[in-house]
Amino acid sequence: MKAFFSRVSAALAIATGAALAQTPELPARLKPLDLDGDGRLSVDEFPDKDLFARIDADHDGYLTTAEIRNYYLKVQNQPPRKAAPAANTPAPAAAPRRSPEESFAFLDRDADGSLSESEFEQLNDIVPYFRDNPGAVGTVFTQLDANHDGGLSLAEFREFYKLGGRGAAGAGRTAPKAGTPRAEKPKPSAVGPAPSTLAPLRAEEAAFFEKNIRPVLAEKCYKCHSADAEKIKGGLTLDTRAGIRAGGEGGPAVVPGDPGKSPLLEAIRYKNDDLQMPPEKEGGKLPDSVIANFEKWIQMGAPDPREGGAKASVAKAQALEKGREFWAFQPVKSGAAPTVKNTQWPRTDLDRHLLAAMEARGIKPVGDAERRALIRRVSFDLTGLPPTPDQVAAFVADSSPDAFASLVDRLLASPQYAERWGRHWLDVARYADSSGRGSNLLYPEAWRYRDYVIASFNADKPYDQFVREQIAGDLLPTKDDAQRAERLIATGFLTLGPKELAEKDRLQFQLDVVDEQLDTLGQAMLGLTIGCARCHDHKFDPIPQRDYYALAGIFRSTETCYGTVPVITNAHAAPLLELPKGSPIVEMPGMTASALRAEQGRLDQQLRELTGGSGMESYQLPPEAEKLRPFILVRSQLAIVNAKIKDLGPDGKLRPFAMGVREKTNPTDMPLYQRGEPGKPAAPVPRGYLQVIPIPGAPISAGSGRRELADWIASPDNPLTARVMVNRVWHHLFGRGLVPSTDNFGSMGERPANPALLDHLAARFVADGWSVKKLVREIVLSHAYQLATTYNEANFNADPDNAFVWRMTPRRLDAEAARDAMLAVSGRLQLQPPLGSAAARVGNNFVNPVAARAGAEAMSGLRSVYLTVLRDQLNEALGTFDGANPNAVTGDREETTTPAQTLFLLNSPIVQSFAESWANRLAAVPPGSGARIQAAYTQAFGRAPTENEVRATVEFFGRFLAAAGEDETKRREAAGPAFNAFCQALFASAEFRTLN
Amino acid sequence: MCPNCLSTPLTRRSVLRSLASGFGYLAFADLAQRAAFAAAPSHPLAPKAPHFAAKAKRVIFLCMNGAPSHVDLLDPKPRLTADHGKASPMTPGGQTRLMASPWKFMPHGQSGTAFSELLPEMGSHADELTVIRSMQTDVPAHGPASIQLHTGSAQFVRPSLGAWTLYGLGTESENLPGFINLSAPTANGGAQKYGAGFLPAIYQGTPIGQLGAFGRVVGELKVNNVANPKLSRDQQRAQLDLIQALNRERLARDVTNAQVEGLIESFELGFRMQSEAPALLDLSGESEATKKLYGIGEEYTDFMGRQCLLARRFAEAGVRFIEVNHGDWDDHRGLNVELPKHCREVDKPVAALLTDLKSRGLLQDTLVIWGGEFGRTPHGQGNGRDHNAKGFSLWMAGGGVKGGTVYGATDDYGYEAVLNPVHIHDWHATILHLLGLNHEKLTYRHAGRDFRLTDVKGKVVKEILA
Repeated sequence: MKAFFSRVSAALAIATGAALAQTPELPARLKPLDLDGDGRLSVDEFPDKDLFARIDADHDGYLTTAEIRNYYLKVQNQPPRKAAPAANTPAPAAAPRRSPEESFAFLDRDADGSLSESEFEQLNDIVPYFRDNPGAVGTVFTQLDANHDGGLSLAEFREFYKLGGRGAAGAGRTAPKAGTPRAEKPKPSAVGPAPSTLAPLRAEEAAFFEKNIRPVLAEKCYKCHSADAEKIKGGLTLDTRAGIRAGGEGGPAVVPGDPGKSPLLEAIRYKNDDLQMPPEKEGGKLPDSVIANFEKWIQMGAPDPREGGAKASVAKAQALEKGREFWAFQPVKSGAAPTVKNTQWPRTDLDRHLLAAMEARGIKPVGDAERRALIRRVSFDLTGLPPTPDQVAAFVADSSPDAFASLVDRLLASPQYAERWGRHWLDVARYADSSGRGSNLLYPEAWRYRDYVIASFNADKPYDQFVREQIAGDLLPTKDDAQRAERLIATGFLTLGPKELAEKDRLQFQLDVVDEQLDTLGQAMLGLTIGCARCHDHKFDPIPQRDYYALAGIFRSTETCYGTVPVITNAHAAPLLELPKGSPIVEMPGMTASALRAEQGRLDQQLRELTGGSGMESYQLPPEAEKLRPFILVRSQLAIVNAKIKDLGPDGKLRPFAMGVREKTNPTDMPLYQRGEPGKPAAPVPRGYLQVIPIPGAPISAGSGRRELADWIASPDNPLTARVMVNRVWHHLFGRGLVPSTDNFGSMGERPANPALLDHLAARFVADGWSVKKLVREIVLSHAYQLATTYNEANFNADPDNAFVWRMTPRRLDAEAARDAMLAVSGRLQLQPPLGSAAARVGNNFVNPVAARAGAEAMSGLRSVYLTVLRDQLNEALGTFDGANPNAVTGDREETTTPAQTLFLLNSPIVQSFAESWANRLAAVPPGSGARIQAAYTQAFGRAPTENEVRATVEFFGRFLAAAGEDETKRREAAGPAFNAFCQALFASAEFRTLN
Repeated sequence: MCPNCLSTPLTRRSVLRSLASGFGYLAFADLAQRAAFAAAPSHPLAPKAPHFAAKAKRVIFLCMNGAPSHVDLLDPKPRLTADHGKASPMTPGGQTRLMASPWKFMPHGQSGTAFSELLPEMGSHADELTVIRSMQTDVPAHGPASIQLHTGSAQFVRPSLGAWTLYGLGTESENLPGFINLSAPTANGGAQKYGAGFLPAIYQGTPIGQLGAFGRVVGELKVNNVANPKLSRDQQRAQLDLIQALNRERLARDVTNAQVEGLIESFELGFRMQSEAPALLDLSGESEATKKLYGIGEEYTDFMGRQCLLARRFAEAGVRFIEVNHGDWDDHRGLNVELPKHCREVDKPVAALLTDLKSRGLLQDTLVIWGGEFGRTPHGQGNGRDHNAKGFSLWMAGGGVKGGTVYGATDDYGYEAVLNPVHIHDWHATILHLLGLNHEKLTYRHAGRDFRLTDVKGKVVKEILA
């Protein structure tokens, strides 16, 4: 509802802004009006019926822009001023007679009909009081933001004047006092007058309670709702003040001063079929006089002398205490490696842990992998690319004891390592270049985060620092502009999620963004499904709902800057972070300032013709239905062009922007929303941490708390962070995590098959300075990693999942590795990373222009990690092969086998093109005695063909050529296609696409 | 890796291995493929027994994107007509006016079920279908509501109804995907609406054709990569046999590898699809009378007619779940012009589909559903109607659904379902029930818990079961 109101004020802001402010920063936008493209507000989109009736001049049940403008002008009783203050000159704002509407329009720089904190903060430059009292502006903002949606509507802004804001905006003498409620103010209707808990009860209040309330509660309710109850029903206790106020699963039982909002009263009134107390077996409905007493008592403010904590919270504390006993919340234990019978086999402590577990189960590891298989395995695992035949030959010939170690070190040092492992993290970070959901608009700056991740793995950035930067990079100290840029970009992690940009309710949208951030962060870094506690206490893990809101408050105090173009299906375009000068910029063809302005003019002209209006600020919808769609189309194009013009610097050149987050100026605690519903805010929850993880977080005072949260997660004492990451690394090297549910370490996830090994690795990881490269190195140098994939019946029966690693599990190449391998073998691979992405070259737009070029992108020589990732439209070359779904944290990809994959391999022009390039490359091999065929197998499989393979190949050529017909010329002509088809067959084969 | 596959298929493997590579294989490939498909219960797409005897074997969901106006099409409201022009009680303050349907409703068949005069041909099937007039969904916005219609959740990425169906029942179409989605719109959820979510991707729908913005037809009705642009069929068979020989060589070395086995099957299916799918998509072999019945070749009905005829052909071929899309029904403006146009586009083809299925004996075990993501307001929005999630209508026919039935009701104006509301979860539960699946038992373990299409909700609407 509030969001609707802010949209109305948006309309007012536009009308007034366009007419009165006319700053260049105010593009004519229809966006806030509605999502349906009808350009009007219907009455049920509009909560204030009286105001609606006044504006709706022709009483047709909807508001047009003209009506809104006319209404405004009528109210103002003055003609629109044509001359406008320039956007960057604050001085005119101080004009003392500025109306609320004018000031609002002036401050609302992005004309979205709502003042963000940063927009409101402009008053710091204008109002002396604010200039002299840093922080006061945030306090005032909090007070004004009655619906705590993080923005001020015009109506909320008007309250500023009632508070003395006219003085503040003008002379600044009567600014509101800065007594700061740090919490978001819950809706008055939901809470009523301040609870009387702190003030001593007046005697008559206490008497009323003792006489009329307590006896009834004790007799009728305590049996099920008290500390002594056998089983507390509904989590509700009524035997203490704390209990009755905190309430149970349904929220507070009593809202002091507001009988209408007090479920307890509703229950005893017996009006609601689903909520009737006391139950029949306790005597049923209370006498009306007793009910009246309760109503009166609540009306009085529910005075209640009973002290003591609520039983339910005691129960919760006990649940937490018990929850901490779960393995994942226990501190990491690093003990000595177990002793093993076969002391010859283990090379490292890691091996000892594995072998001890195997010996206990009578499992014997199989033999070692052949060297050819090993180099292919480790090359794909570490770089996502196959070894060249020369590299294979050299490794096979190298009999020195450290041959494998030096191979591993070479691979770890190559930039391709970071592209491979960066991609693994991008799976977890649900990376995409578009917003997904209904609107699916481009994120043209997402690539900077992608490159940040790759650079971090390349530099072997300590993982704890990597975590800190992604949560709070904007708050970390930096030594120069480059590092500043890097750390801003890192926070893109929090912004990349899918967003329902068409969501009408603004508060709902904002809460959903926070939820998505929390859910992603929880699964990615802690292996916990925190999102489950949004609507109720977590059903399976010891995460109370209040912990969710303690964390959510941190992100609610954070501004998420993700950009997107404000087209009609986007109700939530956001700013981006401007990067320091010197950050790379992706050139967009044709993006000169003059070309854009010309385009702007052309579209503007089209709008004039369609609407008969006077151009940009006159976007009233044409009455004719057939003009509606062209109108929306042109308006979308105009929005795109306007967005690009907005990104130009004063020099007419593009400025560098990034997705990322920044602090809101008024960090606030967030109310717990009952059942997760935005319409049901309860008391605010102080920002904080998950109680079940028994390490103290720094107190959160100034700021959102992200910095403190980052430190808490990246703490060496956090039992989950290191475990979750080493498990991810293990998963990628063995095809299965020690904890197979890589993103869920909670009680509904799977238990580690070898907890001691997991802890050993986690402890080593932290001790080694959180170095991912050292961790990878330790694992691949183990004996276990170098085992063959040989099947063994006895072992298989004892451990079918290979949880104890008695062999290397045969694994399929993932989508990226499979495509990159074809590129590498065909000679098409281009190792030079691109600047930007296809999305960046298109800029703010719908996904369509990028989607249209998906085939060409797939056919390019770029490594797959650099292909654009459009939500719900994954590139066919990757999406067909289980590429990570960017709508969710994907620590463990699906592995499927579908006919769509088959058809792609057999018939796609992409695969055929790769095969042809490879065939051309093989043509350089001197012909004769099957040398080309030998070379092909060696390049593709890293080994010579088997006898059967040779036989099948020969047969293939015979049949293929025979199919060309009897004619000798035709058969000669078929030789080329035959070789192409042969190469393609190798690409399609299981052997090419599997690791031994 | 599919743990279910690891322990079982020795017979399957020995069958494959016993077939010599090369020409010998050719002769047996067909037989082996059929035998393997039927004999391998571990194959994720093999037909599976339902939980109990099913009334419907397959589903054709005719999805009317954009939300058709129920008060103009399926839910007559005399009171709305009587109070036309009065202030709407749904919007306190009286700023909107009730808008009577400009069209008459006609009783049809023995049941007398009312259909708008805009849908006369659908109406002629009134005795074969149940109209549910008390549908409800959570969010009156296209994106979330469309996603919820298809997946049960407006918020999370979840498997689609078709994917769950395929997961539960497998498919009888050896040579075609078991879940086909015709002209899926890219907007309002895109692939998510026929996606597999956390289910294995093999259960996802195969899109054929595409709808762009405002229901524009932007994709052809074809299967991607279904034709090889370069090789003759014999040449491709030679190529495929080489691939399969390499795969079998690999399998022989591994002793057990479910992935490679799956790959071998999948190559054969893909190869077969090349011949089957284009032939099935080619309507030229249908009689003129049939084409005429569906309105193919006529200005308004050609597109929907082709889709409906394709749906019948897929149903005949054993495809488990077929979705047909049409839109955009989002008539905020110009209801007078737009709604008759949409109806004209679908009325005849949809009626033809029912007629055709019935005459071929397919309607009795094919569940046909017609509806959109929500309904529209009884009060006007200019000369159109706004979104309404509180009450709307759709109909279901065939496959175990009662004929000539109306279930549930909205209030006097058609605003909110007041009698026997059917939430999307209930509707999903009912569809699964008709397919012989218990919605509480059809679960998939993901991220540590068992998920259902209906989450923790859903009640089978028993009253509409035949």
